[in-house]
Parts: sequence; C-alpha cells; structure tokens
Amino acid sequence: MTFGAHEVSVRFGDLLALDRVTVDTDAGSLTAVVGGDGAGKSTLLRTVVGRVAPTSGRVLAPPPEQIGYQPSSGGTWPDLTVAENMDFVGGTYGLRGARLARRAAELTERAGLTAARDRLARDLSGGMRTKLGFCLAMLHEPTLLVLDEPSTGVDPVSRVELWRLLSEAAAAGTAVLLSTSYLDEAERATSVLVLEDGQTLLSGTPEEVVAGSPGVVVRTAAATRPEFAWRHADGFREWWPQAPDGGQPVEVDLEDVAIVASLTNHRGAS
Amino acid sequence: MKEFRELRRDRRTMAMIVFLPILLLVVFGYAANFEVADVTTAVLGPQADQAAANVLPTFDVVETDPDGTEQTATDLLQRNTADVAVLTGTQPTQVYVDGSALFSAQAAVSALNRLGDQVQVEILFNPDLKTSWVMVPGIVGLILMFVGTVVTSIGLVKERERGTLEQLAVMPIKPSTVILGKISPYFLLASLDMILVTVLGMLLFDVPFNGNVAAFALGAALFLFVVLGIGVFISTVSATVGQAIQTAFFFLLPQILLSGFIFPLDAIPWGVRWISYLLPLTYFTQISQGIMLRGAPIDSLWLPFLALTVMAVFVFAGAVLRFRRSLTPGKPRRHRHAKVAA
Repeated sequence: MTFGAHEVSVRFGDLLALDRVTVDTDAGSLTAVVGGDGAGKSTLLRTVVGRVAPTSGRVLAPPPEQIGYQPSSGGTWPDLTVAENMDFVGGTYGLRGARLARRAAELTERAGLTAARDRLARDLSGGMRTKLGFCLAMLHEPTLLVLDEPSTGVDPVSRVELWRLLSEAAAAGTAVLLSTSYLDEAERATSVLVLEDGQTLLSGTPEEVVAGSPGVVVRTAAATRPEFAWRHADGFREWWPQAPDGGQPVEVDLEDVAIVASLTNHRGAS
Repeated sequence: MKEFRELRRDRRTMAMIVFLPILLLVVFGYAANFEVADVTTAVLGPQADQAAANVLPTFDVVETDPDGTEQTATDLLQRNTADVAVLTGTQPTQVYVDGSALFSAQAAVSALNRLGDQVQVEILFNPDLKTSWVMVPGIVGLILMFVGTVVTSIGLVKERERGTLEQLAVMPIKPSTVILGKISPYFLLASLDMILVTVLGMLLFDVPFNGNVAAFALGAALFLFVVLGIGVFISTVSATVGQAIQTAFFFLLPQILLSGFIFPLDAIPWGVRWISYLLPLTYFTQISQGIMLRGAPIDSLWLPFLALTVMAVFVFAGAVLRFRRSLTPGKPRRHRHAKVAA
C-alpha cells in the first residue's frame, strides 16, 4: 500500500509553503524528506498526518489509528515516566492489559530503555528521549510511521541506534516517512525527496538521484567558479555543465548532488 | 537600545507597562474608597412614610412599607434589597443592619450611633462586623479564579510548548475528548481547593455557612466554567508559559481590585463601577457572601446567577471552540483515507 501526498500545495497566507510536492512511501520502505530549515519538510509531514489542510493536491494516508507520528519536538510527556508514557499512548490507541505490557516491554527492550522504565522522560538523555518518542509512535504497530526530524540534536551513537530501529520497523512492513537535515542519513533510505523553499529539488531512490545529476563535479585546490564551488575536505568541489580541461572528476554522493541541485536552482545551470 | 527594541516588539509587556499604571491610577484614584456614602435603606412600619422623609443623609431610602414587620426587615436584608431596614412603630425605633455588607454596615452604625437612644441597632449576619467573615467568601472565588485561569492556561500552554498537543491532535481521539481530558482535572482540583478553603475559613475564622450548599455549589460551578473558559482562551493566545502568566495577569488584576472583593461596589463611582459588572468575580462574590453569610435564597440571587450563566455559556463555549480549532485545522481538501489490507 502506498501512502503519501500527490501534487500537494500548502499556502499559509501569502507564503506558499509547499508547491505541488509529491512524496510516497510503501509498506516496508523508508522515504526520507531532506531539506534545510524552512524547506517545507515539517509542513509536508504534517499534511500527510492530517494536521495541515492542503490548498490543493491529494493526501493518501491510512486512518488516524493506523498512523504513528513523532513530532519534531520529540513527542514524549516529560513529567511522565517511560512506562507511564507507554501506558498513556497505548491506552489512547486502545491497547490494554497484557497486550500493552507485552508490546511496551518488547519496544523498550529493543530501544535499550528497559532500565529506564521508571525514569521521568524529562530526565532521559536526548537520544533516549528520541528513542522513547519512536517507541510511542510504534507502540500500536502503525501501518504508516511518520517521524519529523527524529535524529536532529541526537548524538552519533544514538542516531545509529535510531536507524537500527527504523530499519527494523521498515523490515517488519511499516511504511516509514521521515524528515532529516542529514544527507548521509537520507542515503540509507529507500527513496529520497529533497525540498527547497517548498519545491521539489530532487526525488527518487538515492541511486537514481545521484545518477540523474547533471554535469560533472571536479576536485580543485582553489575555486575557479566560486558561485558553483563548495568546500570539501582540504580543498573544493566545483560543478561544471561539462568536464573542464584538466579537472579531476569525482564520484558524487547524495550530498554533492543536493548541493549541485540547489546551486543550479538558484544560479542557473551554466 | 537593544532592550527598547525588544520591548517595542513585546506587545504584552508594553501593554503591561502602559495599562498597569493607568489601571492602578484609576482604581486607587476613584475606586479605592472604603467609605460608603449612600446606604440603601428600607423603612417599614406604621410611620414608614414620615420616617423615610426624615432619614439621615447617609441613608438612601429604596423602599417604604407601612405594613412591614420585623420579618419583612430580615427578609429585605437577607435578599440584599437593602443594607439597612428601619422598623418604625416601636420605641425606640428598631434598625436592622446587614453585617455582610461590611462597609455599608460600618457607615450605617457610625451614623446611627449619633442618634443615641432614639434607635436600637441590631446587626444581622455578621454581628461583630468581622472583616474575615466578608473576605473568606471572596477568597473562595479568588482561589477558583487562580486555579481556573492561571493554572489551567499554564497546563494547556505547556502541552503546546513541548509539542505534545500536536501529537494528541494526530491521535485517534476526538478534540472534545482531548479538551475534556485537559480541563476536567483542573475543574476537580479547583473544586477541592474551594471546599478546602471554605471549610478552613469556617474552622479558623468561625465564618458561618447559613445558606443552601447546593445553591453555593451551583454558583461555584458556573463561576468555574467562566474562569476555566478564560484559562482556555489565554492558552489559545499564548505561545509560552511566560506569555500565559502575563496575559492571565490582565484578567486577574481588575477582578481583584474592582469586583467588590476588596473595595465595596457601592463606594466605586459609576464611571468605573460599570467595569465591575463585566467581571465574573463580582457576581460570584455576591453569591458566596449572600449564601454563606445571609443564607440568601437562590431566587434573591437570580441576577448574579443569570450573569454567571450567560458568561459561562459564552466564555467557556467560545474558548473551547477556539481551542478546538487548534486541534482540528480543517479537513484537508480531497483528503481520503486509503484502504489498508488486513
């Protein structure tokens, strides 16, 4: 089953927050929405879960009881313990008694939160809180899991653990849609949507996106086209429509491709 | 310069800086007056008309009844038709004073003392003119207002501030259930607080409870709906707890100063007093003092009950609908739910 948004536009007053954006995710796959601040990532995810009414376009989502949502704020109740958070959210989704206890125990175990069951959410580390938010969103075994920047502000070790949980969720058949600011994370997704100023910059599988990148990127010690160059390691990378004489073409990754798309979008592909 | 720039953009603080001095100036300039100039008076008994024409300037005759008796006098005071009832036809003339209207009673007793043995004064409902007896029923309202307005708005804003309101809105629960779940604990806590303060007031200060408990509970419930509504409304216009407290201050201060809880309404000039009649605490104080001290029957308090009912309906319903809007941003156009394979 495919979920997502088709040709969705969202307008807040004079601001066109999303301009005919399409995103989808299937059962068992993981779609990452990538973009900087104000790109429209959260608006797109909030549209998919029904919090924002699109001005035009179509949203394809399961009923609310089959959606798991973790907002960018983390989605945990700080004055409740880990167990109480589980009880509250589980109860809201109709989980009770042994079924809730079994599911909560299973998720806390997988998230490494068993020892923290009785700790208040506000006393958890950022990484642990994020994992708790993920557990709460997954508690009722949703068909569609929507996570708004779950890894922002989380330490690298916790990010790895979070991605393990995400991969397990997708492998179990959940359709996952998440937003992130990290392009290296997006490379692990089944498909990627790169947004800028509410518009689609790139979309497809990471391989398709990389393969479809126009022109060539070369490595240089000093930028000869500063408007199309960006710092990388101890030198620069520079985009050219065609390979320049003497340039050293490099194998681009998703980050390079997104930068090229953004630069050419703003400055024209010449 | 940085502070001025920030202040200029902080409209609530600016409003506080501008509004507060004006409010305090108006209140303490016009309203802060404990001396009641006109004491509402009923003159009863065979010489009622003659006596009414000759009362001291302090007394403002609002009713004369030549057939009136001692029972009539008590009833008129109990129903708050007058603060003083003069019963003619006895020697000396009997004067009944409503002690629950503390400042009117003090003004009346002071004036009557000058008449010496010509009158016999009996103070009803608060014989020793104790301030605590008058304050405790008002404090009950103040407590309800504090919990209903400040605590409720903070609780709701905290939920929004930490983003969990967003999550509640996405969960498969009706907005009405979310609102009920958020508001009912505060309703319960405020009710418990009210019972605690009332009982403590009775135990510590010997404040009587002469009236109908059910009528008092009804008045408190209506008042609670109004103040909870104000609390919910404040939460819808505040993004942070700080803003909620600041906004609540604008609602609380006029009620404390102008509701008759501290300064008697009769002593506030009409230029300011009309504001008092827009404030729910004014009506709750009338109900709580009336029922607790005078044992006033509910029909004699129809006006404050009606005012609180109207306020409860409009304020609570309006605030809840506004809060509901933040949970349901409107159905997405052409939104549809996908059929999911089992």
